[in-house]
Amino acid sequence: MTPPVIEAKGITKAFGATLALDHVDLEVEAGTVLGLLGPNGAGKTTFVRILTTLLRADAGSASVVGLDVTRDAVALRSAIGLAGQYAAVDELLTGRENLELVGLLYHLGKAERRRRAVETLERLALTEAADRQVKTYSGGMRRRLDVGASLVGRPKVLFLDEPTTGLDPATRIDLWRFIETLVEEGATVLLTTQYLEEADHLANRIVVIDHGRVIAEGTSNELKAQLGGAVLEVTVTEGDQLHKAADLLADLGHSPPGEDLTRNLVTIPSDADPKVIVEAARRLGDRGIGLEDIALRRPSLDDVFLSLTGHGAEDGPGQGAGPDDEPASSHGARR
Amino acid sequence: MTTVGAVAVGHPPRRVSVREGLADIAGITQRNLRRIVRTPRLLVFSSIQPVMFVLLFRYVFAGAIKVLHGDYVDYLMPGIFLQTSLFGGASTAVGLAADLQGGIIDRFRSLPMARSAVLAGRTLADLIRNVFVVALMVVVGVLVGFRFHGTVGTDLAGIGLVLLFGYAFSWVFVTVGLYVKDPETAQVAGFIPLFPLVFASSAFVPVASMPGWLQAFANVQPVSVSVDAARALLIGGPIEHWLWQALVWAGGVLVVFAVLGVRQYRRI
Ligand SMILES: Nc1ncnc2c1ncn2[C@@H]1O[C@H](COP(=O)(O)OP(=O)(O)O)[C@@H](O)[C@H]1O
Ligand SMILES: [Mg+2]
Repeated sequence: MTPPVIEAKGITKAFGATLALDHVDLEVEAGTVLGLLGPNGAGKTTFVRILTTLLRADAGSASVVGLDVTRDAVALRSAIGLAGQYAAVDELLTGRENLELVGLLYHLGKAERRRRAVETLERLALTEAADRQVKTYSGGMRRRLDVGASLVGRPKVLFLDEPTTGLDPATRIDLWRFIETLVEEGATVLLTTQYLEEADHLANRIVVIDHGRVIAEGTSNELKAQLGGAVLEVTVTEGDQLHKAADLLADLGHSPPGEDLTRNLVTIPSDADPKVIVEAARRLGDRGIGLEDIALRRPSLDDVFLSLTGHGAEDGPGQGAGPDDEPASSHGARR
Repeated sequence: MTTVGAVAVGHPPRRVSVREGLADIAGITQRNLRRIVRTPRLLVFSSIQPVMFVLLFRYVFAGAIKVLHGDYVDYLMPGIFLQTSLFGGASTAVGLAADLQGGIIDRFRSLPMARSAVLAGRTLADLIRNVFVVALMVVVGVLVGFRFHGTVGTDLAGIGLVLLFGYAFSWVFVTVGLYVKDPETAQVAGFIPLFPLVFASSAFVPVASMPGWLQAFANVQPVSVSVDAARALLIGGPIEHWLWQALVWAGGVLVVFAVLGVRQYRRI
């Protein structure tokens, strides 16, 4: 078997009193996507910065394509591409100038960096805007250019730190497709995200971190299986009866119910048995609690996160119970 | 495909070569010059400020300031040139802090480029900008009555010294910019060391007119020494006496702050 492309052992980093990373171990196999999933402040960016040589770990060791992040930093930098959390492109330069500058800093010849800039602009559908200053770009275009800049050196390994945060659903889906294409071409990707469906959609394996610690890992199916069979979802008509409903139904699940006040929704991890629905409906009916909806569904990663950490994953900005939660369907509607 | 885990296949160099490093500096310098050219309003307004200083001192304060010999305008302009060159460095701090905040420094640091090129390319671009701003001040100076009194050689050396001094100090601003990390603070913080240095100096008024305790400082500090050297070169005076002191200051500041700046850059 080939050794893992990315290998991190016991990576630890503190900022003053904040322990941003606490003995993080992680491996990524060649040609796969690893999703590093965690809420704001979990330590995702810190981890990416250490793996891309921008920051030194306090303890632990890490290598990318067999190159050590501290000893072989220069060689490592020519093997990777990084698209950081904030689009790191020059507003006052044009898209083309940005890419050619990156090519120059990879020490490509003049003709070659011109060629790669053209090719990258083409791939990211930015040819039309190539000679406009980046300050005239939309957020999505800027993000695409940023991802493009990380591809100019034709890296084998890509680090994408929250590549779709702040993008509208359609743009997000386009970027997902693009990342999938890169993986088909053989790239290995480490992607961080706060979006559960993003990890679900793109990643072969998922590592969940919270407060700098790995709290779960596996494929999306393995993580969901940790939760047991199914999730009972009950939407009540009156918000003030939500808590009462949760109490009534608690013993039907094998872990404590979650309450979503904005949607009047109680979620209870339970067995995949239709009798659960019948029993729940009977109990609520007996107490006169109005039911808007009741369903048994397969658990989502959100449920996994909730049961692992006791809080939701998507509490960052730009997230909420909107069309954002179902990018696939809203995308479909757009077409 | 070859295995990705092994580095053996066409593995890249471990260090950036000198030639690549120079290319990196040229690339970053060009990028910064483009930024300067594409914010013309900033360029115009930052040139207006020193012009105001010229007018202020030439026409408002001139009558109240007594110089030993010659016209006050000849005394004043070398001070203005140096002040302009020095204040230009503040944009070095602001520009670096803005790059840091915008995340583009992270991109640069993730590339296999020479790390020092980011700082060298920044200071060189600002030096080139300073050449134009100082040239503008020479024109303004001549318009308000300033005349060169040296030979072509000493005149050019005088302007060269002014630019060198500004360049050396731009490394102070590099350090400040990397330390404060946000452009607004950098803008304010950059001027703090400048005010006492520029105004408690021989740039605008003879040191002899200051109170005794201030003279002690004003006589030895780098701005006075360099203005006196520039003045000697441009309008006449004891060149040897001042020039070596000015060069020692510029060299010392350059070396000390280049080391501090690069160290701060590695630490970000
Ligand atoms: N440069 C820094 N100085 C101080 N604290 C930091 C710094 N960078 C990150 N942190 C802290 O480390 C923790 C992890 O941050 P980060 O890696 O940015 O998380 P994420 O990317 O998952 O949102 C947070 O508590 C954050 O406040
Ligand atoms: Mg982050």
